Amino acid sequence: MDNHLLIKENKPVAFSAETLETINQLSKRYPEGERKSILLPVLHMAQEELGGYLTIDILDYVASLVGISPVEVYEVATFYSMYYLDKVGKYVLEVCRTGPCAICGGERIADYLREVLKIKTGETTADGLFTLREVECLGGCGYAPVMQVNTEFYEYLTNEKVDKILSDLRAGAEKETDQQKRWVAQFSSQI
Amino acid sequence: MGSSILLANIGVPGIRNLKAYRASGGYSAVEKALREMTPAQVAQEVTRSGLRGRGGAGFPTGLKWSFLDRKTDKPRYLVCNADESEPGTFKDRFLMDKIPHLLIEGLILSSYALGVNNCYIYIRGEFKYLVGILEKAIREAHQNRFLGEKILGSDFSLNIFVHPGAGAYICGEETALLESLEGKRGNPRIKPPFPAFKGLYGCPTVVNNVETLATVGPIISMGGEEYAKIGKGKSTGTKLISACGNINNPGVYEIEMGLLLDDFIYSPAYCGGIAKGKKLKAVIPGGSSVPILPADLILRTLNGQKRLMTYESLAEGEFASGTMLGSGGFIVFDEDACIVRNTWNLTRFYRHESCGQCSPCREGTSWMENVLYRLEHGSGKLSDIDLLVRVAKNIEGNTICPLGDAAAWPVASAIRHFRHEFEEHVKNA
Ligand SMILES: Cc1cc2nc3c(=O)[nH]c(=O)nc-3n(C[C@H](O)[C@H](O)[C@H](O)COP(=O)(O)O)c2cc1C
Ligand code: SF4
Ligand code: FES
Repeated sequence: MDNHLLIKENKPVAFSAETLETINQLSKRYPEGERKSILLPVLHMAQEELGGYLTIDILDYVASLVGISPVEVYEVATFYSMYYLDKVGKYVLEVCRTGPCAICGGERIADYLREVLKIKTGETTADGLFTLREVECLGGCGYAPVMQVNTEFYEYLTNEKVDKILSDLRAGAEKETDQQKRWVAQFSSQI
Repeated sequence: MGSSILLANIGVPGIRNLKAYRASGGYSAVEKALREMTPAQVAQEVTRSGLRGRGGAGFPTGLKWSFLDRKTDKPRYLVCNADESEPGTFKDRFLMDKIPHLLIEGLILSSYALGVNNCYIYIRGEFKYLVGILEKAIREAHQNRFLGEKILGSDFSLNIFVHPGAGAYICGEETALLESLEGKRGNPRIKPPFPAFKGLYGCPTVVNNVETLATVGPIISMGGEEYAKIGKGKSTGTKLISACGNINNPGVYEIEMGLLLDDFIYSPAYCGGIAKGKKLKAVIPGGSSVPILPADLILRTLNGQKRLMTYESLAEGEFASGTMLGSGGFIVFDEDACIVRNTWNLTRFYRHESCGQCSPCREGTSWMENVLYRLEHGSGKLSDIDLLVRVAKNIEGNTICPLGDAAAWPVASAIRHFRHEFEEHVKNA
């Protein structure tokens, strides 16, 4: 648990029709009167589609969509580590810092990223491309060192591999597959 | 001891899809159960199998199911715990990725046994890619009438839904998980009431681990008694072990319970020995929460018995000289690993993941982290070592949920077995 101040940007926010429909479908998975259960998935979609991090404007919008009070959304958004409450770059590099990765070179990977990106953990590069975070065990300890970039796994990291990942991301070619990796695209079994 | 039950078919091409899964005998346990068995008979086979919870605590699954409140007219729920956040543990991810239908089949059988019509898979949000894989498996199961209304023409109906978390180790604790599934912060609940009476949405609920539930299919196929013949004593069947750290072959292995620890570490079929030809220093065999043991004590018990991969053998000697099988997250340290640094690292993890509800855990984990930080970074005092022991003792048993114990044990056991290393850190500072 970390402490956070929420950002307010006074920008209008709204989901696409497709996402609204997915949310509508998702809400049917939970019993009458338990609509609040969709909050975590909706916050994931909000962060992904509405700018990469969660502002008060977005949290209030989510509260109205889910039909709960804003404070119920704030207390959840501040609890979970995957929700970003600070401005982040286009790509969020989350390096695992926990024991099993650490004894397999994870700390050196974090050092290397700080060195080549010229930022400290928690900061964003001046070009707004990369934010570096250190996170706890990602459930990939046997493939250490591990990091996630926008929730995609990168494993068995070496300095050379990091160079390649960064240059690929800089080249920035949005692949078609990226669309299929969005949260809305995951919930395919809707009934 | 190369017994393979859960992972037997992962090499079959296309096994992620229903067609290939079916072709290799998949869903025949569901057909058998729905056509030939009552729900009580399914539950009885699970009891007979001796299956114990694979999430960490090793509680007998059949017994847990028997506690479920069947007297109310409220709906009952089954929740599959796919939070998998215990450092060292990455077996459920492997299983769901390689053979998702095995979990779906287990969920159908378990729901049938428990009289459940809605089942949720709570999966950690970082496993986003698995959400899509599981959802696809569920869709296929619906299309083939293994899910939905009146499954295979029976009176039994079931829906399974995947629900992502959002990054919080504590949500693996079953009551925190239920809070999270209800759209709240993951604060563990005070027990009692237990989930079997008041769980999800205040209704009777069973929470089981992915691996536990995936094992139900094979148990129904072969029969509980046959399953119980595999393994050793009260540790029946097979167990997925996720091996990591300084070994030659990190990865997920299915072992028959009773395998020699020695074989698991050194055989080329498993860990393949210590990486770079180094010597074994220590092992945390069941996820970061269980006690660490030095090489001699992990290979043999204090009275010289070779240790086995079973719940009982690993626990032999209790906390003085034993540990636990836990989740099967097997972390191996070579001679170069620094126990003080690792203990500081893991304590930082527990401090970060404490939900903050109870003071012994919230304050105790930060305090231990601070003390360990100064020991590791050269400004510790000898008295800090006993201070850590005291703080750990004061957390243990004094908290709402077992995260407090999970934070205390690694510190207590590291000092118990490696006190000299802590002392050297002070002397060499
Ligand atoms: C802090 C904490 C974290 C836990 N994390 C997990 C987890 O990630 N996966 C899991 O299956 N069980 C986890 N558990 C255990 C669950 O509370 C619960 O006992 C388990 O899901 C029951 O399933 P089983 O009987 O099939 O093992 C955790 C417990 C605690 C106290
Ligand atoms: S022991 Fe720790 S994690 Fe568990 S309820 Fe108390 S403060 Fe929260
Ligand atoms: S410790 Fe890094 S993924 Fe588990």
